[in-house]
Amino acid sequence: MQAKKRYLISLLTGASLVLLLYFGGVPGPAPATSRHERARGGGGGGRRSGQPWPHASEPFQPFSPGDETDTEEYNAHVSPRQKREVHASVYRGKRCRMDSCFDFSLCRRNGFKVYVYPQQKGEKISESYQSILAAIEGSRFYTSDPSQACLFVLSLDTLDRDQLSPHYVHNLKSKVQSLPLWNDGRNHLVFNLYSGTWPDYTEDLGFDIGQAMLAKASVSTENFRPGFDVSIPLFPKEHPRSGGERGHLRANSIPPFRKYMLVFKGKRYLTGIGSDTRNALYHVHNAEDVVLLTTCKHGKDWQKHKDARCDKDNAEYDKYDYREMLHNSTFCLVPRGRRLGSFRFLEALQAACVPVMLSNGWELPFSEVIDWNTGAVIGDERLLLQIPSTVRSIHQDKILALRQQTQFLWEAYFSSVEKIVLTTLEIIQDRVLQHTARSSLMWNSHPGGLFTLPQYSSYLGDFPFYYAGLGIKPYPKFTAVIHAVTPLVSQSQPILKLLVAVAKSQYCAQIIVLWNCDKPLPAKHRWPATSVPVIVIEGENKVMSSRFQPYESIITDAVLSLDEDTVLSTTEVDFAFTVWQSFPERIVGYPARSHFWDSNKERWGYTSKWTNDYSMVLTGAAIYHRYYHYLYTHFLPSSLKNMVDQLANCEDILMNFLVSAVTKLPPIKVTQKKQYKETMMGQSSRASRWADPDHFAQRQTCMNKFASWFGGMPLVHSQMRLDPVLFKDQVSILRKKYREIERL
Amino acid sequence: MCASVKYSSRGPALIPRMKTKHRIYYITLFSVVLLGLIATGMFQFWPHSIESSPEWTLDRRSVHDAPLVKLPVSSPIPERGDLSCRMHTCFDVYRCGYNPKNRIKVYIYPLQRFVDEVGVPISSTGLSREYNDLLSAISDSDFYTDDVTRACLFVPSIDVLNQNSLRIRETAQALAMLPRWDKGMNHLLFNMLPGGPPDYNTALDVPRDRALLAGGGFSTWTYRQGYDVSIPVYSPLSAEVDLPEKQPGPRRYFILSSQTAIHREYRTELERLKEENGEALLLLDKCSNLSQGMASARKRCYKGQVYDYPQILQESSFCVVLRGARLGQATLSDVLQAGCVPVIMADSYILPFSEVLDWKRASVVIPEEKLPEMYTILKSIPHRQVEEMQRQARWFWEAYFRSMKAIGLTTLQIINDRIYPYAARTYEEWNNPPVVKWSSVSNPLFLPLIPPRSPGFTAVVLTYDRVESLFRVITEISKVPSLAKLLVVWNNQNKSPPEECTAIDGLSLDQTHMVERSECINKFASVFGTMPLKVVEHRADPVLYKDDFPEKLKSFPNIGSL
Repeated sequence: MQAKKRYLISLLTGASLVLLLYFGGVPGPAPATSRHERARGGGGGGRRSGQPWPHASEPFQPFSPGDETDTEEYNAHVSPRQKREVHASVYRGKRCRMDSCFDFSLCRRNGFKVYVYPQQKGEKISESYQSILAAIEGSRFYTSDPSQACLFVLSLDTLDRDQLSPHYVHNLKSKVQSLPLWNDGRNHLVFNLYSGTWPDYTEDLGFDIGQAMLAKASVSTENFRPGFDVSIPLFPKEHPRSGGERGHLRANSIPPFRKYMLVFKGKRYLTGIGSDTRNALYHVHNAEDVVLLTTCKHGKDWQKHKDARCDKDNAEYDKYDYREMLHNSTFCLVPRGRRLGSFRFLEALQAACVPVMLSNGWELPFSEVIDWNTGAVIGDERLLLQIPSTVRSIHQDKILALRQQTQFLWEAYFSSVEKIVLTTLEIIQDRVLQHTARSSLMWNSHPGGLFTLPQYSSYLGDFPFYYAGLGIKPYPKFTAVIHAVTPLVSQSQPILKLLVAVAKSQYCAQIIVLWNCDKPLPAKHRWPATSVPVIVIEGENKVMSSRFQPYESIITDAVLSLDEDTVLSTTEVDFAFTVWQSFPERIVGYPARSHFWDSNKERWGYTSKWTNDYSMVLTGAAIYHRYYHYLYTHFLPSSLKNMVDQLANCEDILMNFLVSAVTKLPPIKVTQKKQYKETMMGQSSRASRWADPDHFAQRQTCMNKFASWFGGMPLVHSQMRLDPVLFKDQVSILRKKYREIERL
Repeated sequence: MCASVKYSSRGPALIPRMKTKHRIYYITLFSVVLLGLIATGMFQFWPHSIESSPEWTLDRRSVHDAPLVKLPVSSPIPERGDLSCRMHTCFDVYRCGYNPKNRIKVYIYPLQRFVDEVGVPISSTGLSREYNDLLSAISDSDFYTDDVTRACLFVPSIDVLNQNSLRIRETAQALAMLPRWDKGMNHLLFNMLPGGPPDYNTALDVPRDRALLAGGGFSTWTYRQGYDVSIPVYSPLSAEVDLPEKQPGPRRYFILSSQTAIHREYRTELERLKEENGEALLLLDKCSNLSQGMASARKRCYKGQVYDYPQILQESSFCVVLRGARLGQATLSDVLQAGCVPVIMADSYILPFSEVLDWKRASVVIPEEKLPEMYTILKSIPHRQVEEMQRQARWFWEAYFRSMKAIGLTTLQIINDRIYPYAARTYEEWNNPPVVKWSSVSNPLFLPLIPPRSPGFTAVVLTYDRVESLFRVITEISKVPSLAKLLVVWNNQNKSPPEECTAIDGLSLDQTHMVERSECINKFASVFGTMPLKVVEHRADPVLYKDDFPEKLKSFPNIGSL
């Protein structure tokens, strides 16, 4: 009995002890822990060391007393104007910023104009630098008058500042100092690809750049002056001057995995700067889907430095073909070389192999505007061993997006020297313009910063590219612009019929008649009465390009461009507009034409024959976004526009080149009632123009001239025509919405 | 089994040895334990007593009970912040490690009161309300860990939000005394009001070694891009005043200036603008004639007329945010809350969270020297853009400015994105307000690609039972040159696919079929929450479809020639 009691007591004691420990344990911080965990909705095992952060409860003082701003002392601080002047004098050299080292007033008068120093005799200029200068001179920013310039570019080759290089320009310091416009480098832009030399590869250029901005490859975050310098990519000598190859991605594959997961093939530096990462790559190499190959065979005396792994590595290195790996890998490793940037970067980007950056402290190319997280994987050299598991953890949706972004970025900013230079200039222009600068969305989504001019509008919804992304729709009406070249003599002229037909469209907001005829404007009452306003504008100089002027009076997103002799019915206009609403960034219209490569003559040909495909829709009857008026006028060089004006021809071809270069897509042909060409009026001047045999030859010439400026053929063929649903189907005509189109 | 038998057989032998002394001992122990249990139970199941009990300071601790730490005069001072610090040089990434959640762990130091040798505290305010809110928010978040060994980021509980209330040298010494300080590595300091008179530095003057600084009012010269985080200056009005969201659109005033501490030079310029443009501008200043006791922070005046602040901000399209002695201004937060587009004039200022937020869509930044042109510049902005900016401004406030919690967690998320860049939040996630997130369409295949014909296509044919029509489809499809593969999905579980063609009854018009499909559509639409299908009136046909044209010259002559 007693024994039982004792057992009970000891059992109870034990149980209570256990319970006590369970509930609260030792009185102290533990209750706080458990309460805290409950407050956060339960959680971990409660195995915690240290004290958690307590939620203190008493009435605290605010961090800012609030009345501080009222005190005299606060208010009477240094005059902001003086402060700005002090900044400008203090922050120089490595601390240069736009606010302190750039003279904005030079850009006030003439806008953002760039002057290139005339090339001096006897100065050798490398091919790459010549391409850079040519790109600037061919751009719309170029001015040959230094007094108009806002930015100055040297004609002295500063690209290669490696003293051991054959392209190294000697005595640059004195040459630069002797330039009369140098002004301590203020408002100058200095391009550089290579700086420093073996063994330490510093980022010193070997001459004093003063207050000049640097557009430099392989720049480190430490030396990079944010908002002042521009980081550019390292590009090879053979990089095309303009146009450039397209990205290698031809089609998306789903799932997006390729034969290899991660590849690299390159030199290994046994000693010195930048050798650590490449020397460690073999740890991660698995000879299956992660193939990281290095070779010691480079330089004259590699045998002297070679280490135990060299022979094995070299043998493995020779087993794989670089091109094959590049095009069959999901990710490509881009480790630093002697300098931070390497050629691997652009190669991977073009090959749609997502770059995995392993170059700590490299300020990535155009980092000011490009969000590299969407087009590359930024790794950390310190975490090399984690790289395989990191890339494997990336979801396939993300890989698909990364891969497409590499192609977008390559084609938008990197595929030619011209694009690299223009991107650099546009970035600087954005800083100068400030409040009208491009938003990040414009830089990082199709069609990219070079094709989106922020001066047109600061509102994204005014551009044809962002409707879906912003969840908005274009304005549901259009403005018709009729290009009139013949005097108004009779009331049966086609232009009047066209006016009436277009005005009847339910989507028509207004009609603009562009009077490009030598005869004076007809009296107001000669125009037919319509339900929509008709605005008559006299063309500037009566030249062809004036039909694509971004007139203030165009208030709608859509423009219906018409020749005066076009024959269109209201139904056709209505239908074309509904189609355009689905494709607001493309040209949607009726008369289609095609281009082809004439291999006998080695040039592009133009054809108006009825064919099974087309690549142009003529602007005699087409709907497109009004932004293209702005682009045509402000983006295209005057050389092309002048050519069009002189010939009074090809403006429609140029517009098609432009839109296809921007969208990378063909225009859209919609179905029409009758064949366009046959219905044209015999006596109109336009028709006589068509009859002119020279006219056709001119158009061939235009094509080739345009293609050379664009650096390639931007036009894309299409085999598709958009017809109304039920078009020519064997159902009752009464059930069809656009029945006029079928009637002959 | 064997052991327990042995033990129990030994048991009775032990009992007689137990004396009364032991029994008393056991009973005492038992009662003590029982009492302890009851006491614990009381605390556990009597929530009110815990919350209100003034004696119970372990949970809601008072600052005054935090341990007092005396700083010796000779205690080491950290070095001044190193301007060349970047994540790859001054941040120890190994502490964050690889984790599948891609989330950093943040540790908060326990509260301590630092005093100098004569017992004067290092800060005049001690722990401020805002800093307490911030630390509480972090400790309630997923980032928090109380395990110092697992932490990647350390947040001191020393409040340095306002430099003016600090003793710089002693604060620095206190930082250096933190047990894991280690040259400030992986430490994060929050500061909103940096610098002091007369020249007001744009970053915290407290020497801090390599610590990261989340600072309000950085200039381009003090901000270490990619290392520091630029944060807003919190406005206490955010919590006090509830401004309902106002629909974007035109407002009564075009430009409004509400700041009280504007330098004379700029106020003169603003007054000149006011003269030129009259009613479109409202130029407010502090009230001089208010009776004592009225909250002057909540009133603004113009020529004797009193306006409620910040409510008046909702009456203007644009609101001026000029630099004061400091670059960061709490007014920015009020302006955003009101859905007024900030016109920021503070040269070299690094805008809050500029690493992730696209300020071009929510604000207008004008150089200070262009102040006289402000009106013309703002007039040139299309009104739809103004509306978009108004909406965006309000969204920025709601998501990133409205509380210390929002500011703190946004800062941590930015640092998290740097450490796990491949899992970083996207531009759209940071910048698109919910309304855009819902209405926008993002195509996963966004690259304009016209795929080549060469790999062809795979045909997938779904069939249930109608083998005859299946075979007809297969015969037709297999004639197509671009066909690479044909996949038949046999959807009848009760039958195996036929070896060869047999005659099976043809298509019958099934009435219930259409009804079922309508039900499907409704069901799917309700799952999607909206009708994702869009109606178009066009159809793609070959270029010469049904044209009066020789058939043999058409690429696709069969189409339409039924």
